[in-house]
Amino acid sequence: MGILLATLTAGLGSALPASADETPTKASPKVELVLDVSGSMRTRDIDGQSRMSAAKQAFNEVLDAVPEQVQLGIRTLGADYPGDDRKVGCKDTKQLYPVGPLDRTEAKTAVATLAPTGWTPIGPALLGAADDLEGGDSTRRIVLISDGEDTCGPLDPCEVARDIAARGIHLVIDTLGLVPNAKIRQQLTCIAEATGGTYTAVQHTDELSGRVKQLVDRAAEPVVTPVATEGADSCADAPELKPGLYTDREKFAEHRWYKVAVQPGQELRASVSVFADRAVNNDYGMLLRAVTTHGREIVRGSESGTGRTDAISSGLRYPKAELDDDESTPETVCLQVSNSFSAPASVKTSPGMPIELTIDLVDGPDEAADVAAFGLGHGWWLLGLLTLTGLIVGLLFGWISRWRVAVWRTN
Amino acid sequence: MSRTRRVLAGALLTGLALLTGASAAAADDASPSPSASGDGSGPTEAGTTFRTATAIQQGETATAGASTGDYLYWVFPADAGQRATVTAKVTLPESAARHGAQTWQVDVYDGLRRRQACMYGKQTGTAAADAATVELTCVLRTVRANAEQWANDPLPGSYYVRLTVVGLAQADLGLPVHTEVEVNSKDQGGSADVDGSLSKPLIPGVSTAEQASDDGTNASAEPVALAGEPEDGWSSGWWTSRWLWTAGGGVLAALAGVFGYSVTRGRGRPTHVPPGV
Repeated sequence: MGILLATLTAGLGSALPASADETPTKASPKVELVLDVSGSMRTRDIDGQSRMSAAKQAFNEVLDAVPEQVQLGIRTLGADYPGDDRKVGCKDTKQLYPVGPLDRTEAKTAVATLAPTGWTPIGPALLGAADDLEGGDSTRRIVLISDGEDTCGPLDPCEVARDIAARGIHLVIDTLGLVPNAKIRQQLTCIAEATGGTYTAVQHTDELSGRVKQLVDRAAEPVVTPVATEGADSCADAPELKPGLYTDREKFAEHRWYKVAVQPGQELRASVSVFADRAVNNDYGMLLRAVTTHGREIVRGSESGTGRTDAISSGLRYPKAELDDDESTPETVCLQVSNSFSAPASVKTSPGMPIELTIDLVDGPDEAADVAAFGLGHGWWLLGLLTLTGLIVGLLFGWISRWRVAVWRTN
Repeated sequence: MSRTRRVLAGALLTGLALLTGASAAAADDASPSPSASGDGSGPTEAGTTFRTATAIQQGETATAGASTGDYLYWVFPADAGQRATVTAKVTLPESAARHGAQTWQVDVYDGLRRRQACMYGKQTGTAAADAATVELTCVLRTVRANAEQWANDPLPGSYYVRLTVVGLAQADLGLPVHTEVEVNSKDQGGSADVDGSLSKPLIPGVSTAEQASDDGTNASAEPVALAGEPEDGWSSGWWTSRWLWTAGGGVLAALAGVFGYSVTRGRGRPTHVPPGV
């Protein structure tokens, strides 16, 4: 499957429009492990050992199992400043091991030197990690392991995470919480949700190493990276999309327009997902419309939902009929994406929610001339009718020919 | 081609069967069951979005370890005439660690990411606080070869399975769970065969992959469609058991015609005609 996915990436990568300057190459994925080394990591509540030694043990196992192609880095937060000055304490984050090809021994030695020390500046650590992962067009993943709430306001780490995600650098933050505490859980789930990552509550050392390994492996799985685009608020100004995978951002109740040129005899396939990357109200929906340049709706895809969700999506097909003459002027089809998400007043509405568009243009379908395949029949009624018809025709022919013989004989 | 051979053999056999008065319904069983070949073991990881969904084949059992609250995605191919059944089993964390009942849900989306309805099955299931597992099923509508553009009928192509918890005590978020997903399908036979067909199955990215292989930029790359292709490939779309039914009807009609004709002629020569005429 890995190979198939790799070819998929390669295939899509080389086919993406040249106008988009992000030409995905086979860049190796980058992962940064962000470890909380705050004073509270001293607490002995994971399988009888301290959180710090559990984390160290897990890191050793993870470092041994990192796939070859992954560039791995390690960043710490709260590792150096033991004092009480909040201002200094809240800047205390540094790169322990740079993102790059991994030297396992060196990385392990670096981890071994860590001792629980300072504050918990999660926000600055995430910003630092995002900078560490800068450059290239590989997929990026931050794995944040923390046992404490960010005590360093006003920078809300959740907002930080959303802003990082909005940079459009395909970055996912997965979080692991070492303490089953409602506030920490809320903060870490919020960070994960904002970037499409996952949250895990860790209670045992083997869970920690197993999960981090799983997340690093996930980063190594090659995926198609979407191309960033920006939809306009009317069809006239909309960007023209070629077949491919795109991302954009859309605020609540905003409309985004895109254009696709469809040749006669081609079929346009478009699907859109709107990701709920923040706390949203319970009922939501989205609408994708294909509209002509004159504003006539051709076809739409819509979906609504309720309850907990990561995304809502819909799609549409538009086979453009072959024209009778040899004209092959492409038709410009406008795609309108709108959503009916809403959120409690406390939730920030910008940046908008991430959306993902897939555009495909394939040959048109063989249109149906009949309901049934090739207009053929099926079932016992058909057999009965045909048999009865055959019998009646046979009898008629028999009688007619008998009558003709009789007439011929009398003459 | 085994299919061509099978069709020819089927046609001959059916002709014979009809002549001897045997049931033509046997024709419906001529199509193979696509899920029979699965060996049961599938991937051990799941994706977390549509883009990263883990590809599985029908008949495989895909497993994945995850955290409660994760959205897990798999993708499988379904071809025309198949009615797929998705079954999912979630092994919950030990009940001592949990704080209440959990509601899990399995959703299925087609290759255009349109949500597909479940005809039967427990799509959403609640596990009591002391339950160890929760099992979910979703029986999809029969996949049709073609549909009008305004319909959201299931079409041949990729199908995404999303498994997630939709209701839980907040304190249970992040706890480890083990999930198992399996897709099987039943061939619905000729009664589900409709006219028309798509030029390409509904697989996201199918046109870009095709372009890439046309350009020769990646000569070794198989088309992307392979990532979600059934084990024995997509059906060509021309075979349907309706050929047998219709041809069988024709044979019966001909036989009935001959019989009807012979009835009017009586047995042998008419009695009043003297010999030698």
